[in-house]
Amino acid sequence: MVSTIIITIGIAFNFLGCLGLIRFPDVYNRLQSATKCVTLGTCSILLGVLVHYGFVEVGVKALIAIPLLFFAATVGAHALVRGSHIAGIKLGDKSVKDDYKEVEK
Amino acid sequence: MRFIALFIILLVFWLLITFSLTLANIVVGAVAALIGALLFGKYFVHNLYKFGQPKRYYWFVIYLGIFIWEVLKANFDVAYRVIHPAMPIKPGIVRVPLEVKSEIARTMLANSITMTPGTITVDIIGDDIFVHWIYVKSDKPEEYAREVSGRFEKYIKKIFE
Repeated sequence: MVSTIIITIGIAFNFLGCLGLIRFPDVYNRLQSATKCVTLGTCSILLGVLVHYGFVEVGVKALIAIPLLFFAATVGAHALVRGSHIAGIKLGDKSVKDDYKEVEK
Repeated sequence: MRFIALFIILLVFWLLITFSLTLANIVVGAVAALIGALLFGKYFVHNLYKFGQPKRYYWFVIYLGIFIWEVLKANFDVAYRVIHPAMPIKPGIVRVPLEVKSEIARTMLANSITMTPGTITVDIIGDDIFVHWIYVKSDKPEEYAREVSGRFEKYIKKIFE
């Protein structure tokens, strides 16, 4: 029962992350929703699996996958943001400032 | 020393993720861990004695609690901006001065910043970290540091430096 609730919350966050991916105006904001909501959503699903099965093979693997996913998501987001900026993709219309532009060669 | 430490960590990780203790599995894991340790050992932490200081683990547990709380807040914050019809965003890339010096501490700080309210680390140049912020709260650059990294920096310092 508890595991069902946790997995449902995870799916809800994954859905919101995907919605943000469509709604936000530029690549930088889209990555915000893609990293945060989707990482928490997927971590919730994995936690739900752990709660459902307990500390057996599947549960432990789900637990190990959480830090892996965490580092992969953060490093991936950083690389994509930096790459987009270097490739010359401009920030969206609503943006207020860009300090990085001045120091980037 | 560094190679051995990394080798042990990788092997334990392998055994946890494959979850079987047959001889064949341990041999394959040992070979994979050896290759990994030889390739990436030079990027591993330099001061291994820090692993033996219990105070750092204590701070790590406290930091983990704060971090999970911030991650949850971050998610509700971004979810709110996604659902809101008018989309209240004010994005921008800001420059934030860093206090932590060692590489591993900077890596962890950058990862923490990426996972928390509306911020993604773009780059680190010199002693400044560049952060994409979904809602730039104030116009004063002095206040950025407190908002973006202030919550984590003191704990990261205690854990890794």
